[in-house]
Amino acid sequence: MLAEQVFFWIFATILVGSALAVISARNPVHSVLFLILAFVCASGLFILLGAEFLAMILVVVYVGAVAVLFLFIVMLLDVDFTRMKQGFVQYLPQGILIAACVAAELVFVVSTWAIAPNRAAPATPAGTLSNTAALGEVLYTRYFYFFQAAGFILLTAMIGAIVITLHHKAGVRRQDIGAQVGRDPKAAVEVRKVPSRAGI
Amino acid sequence: MALSAYLTLAAIVFTIGVAGIILNHKNIIIILMSVELILLSVNINLVAFSSYSGDLTGQAFALFILTVAAAEAAIGLAILVAYFRNRGSIAVEDINSLKG
Repeated sequence: MLAEQVFFWIFATILVGSALAVISARNPVHSVLFLILAFVCASGLFILLGAEFLAMILVVVYVGAVAVLFLFIVMLLDVDFTRMKQGFVQYLPQGILIAACVAAELVFVVSTWAIAPNRAAPATPAGTLSNTAALGEVLYTRYFYFFQAAGFILLTAMIGAIVITLHHKAGVRRQDIGAQVGRDPKAAVEVRKVPSRAGI
Repeated sequence: MALSAYLTLAAIVFTIGVAGIILNHKNIIIILMSVELILLSVNINLVAFSSYSGDLTGQAFALFILTVAAAEAAIGLAILVAYFRNRGSIAVEDINSLKG
């Protein structure tokens, strides 16, 4: 129990610190790296909560794909980031005010609920099923249509991203398969009678 | 740890995300990162409730949120790339063609 508390405080502190660094870093590359640190800490918290599958998915999907995508975009686009940082101090009072309002609402919600002191028995008692297998049993039966919808969302996102970013440069010669297949010998080959010593 | 510790942590991260949107209102990349932070805090909430109530539903929905977050990041960044190619800028104050 003590180790769990120690690790919770370590992960929670690093998570909050790196979240603050994400929104306040001067260089967006540093922001992305702190975002990766935040995701890793959250995945540690998920392991403490017994959700190993989600922890691994968080590392694989967020750190491996989404954060690297962010890093790629930040480095790909040649943007003047100093100009974008200008309003930071000017908007600091409003930002803190709205954040305080949101925090107060959340504190109000959390503090007015009565929370049962002990954990309920886990859905999968120790030794029966791993977290991954249990999640799969729920996902493929009760939430099967949701699961399919999630797959369609990913497919739509993939096709959409390709369609948005794909662009054909004008003036580039490309293979036209229809024209190639549509050629026939009459159009493609010209037979000429070449007279001797005269040429064409 | 008590459930309220996780809920408080998620609330703090959510608040930081909301503050990040307001403070970095000129930099759309940081805004997208703040949205990711907000979704992460929601996921922490769902997983904490799922773990403490002994029900896997929360984890299943955290997985769906993860899916939507990944799709959102991919589409958002694709739009950014396309916009930057057309306009040469992604500053939020320059993106006002739809204002009329």
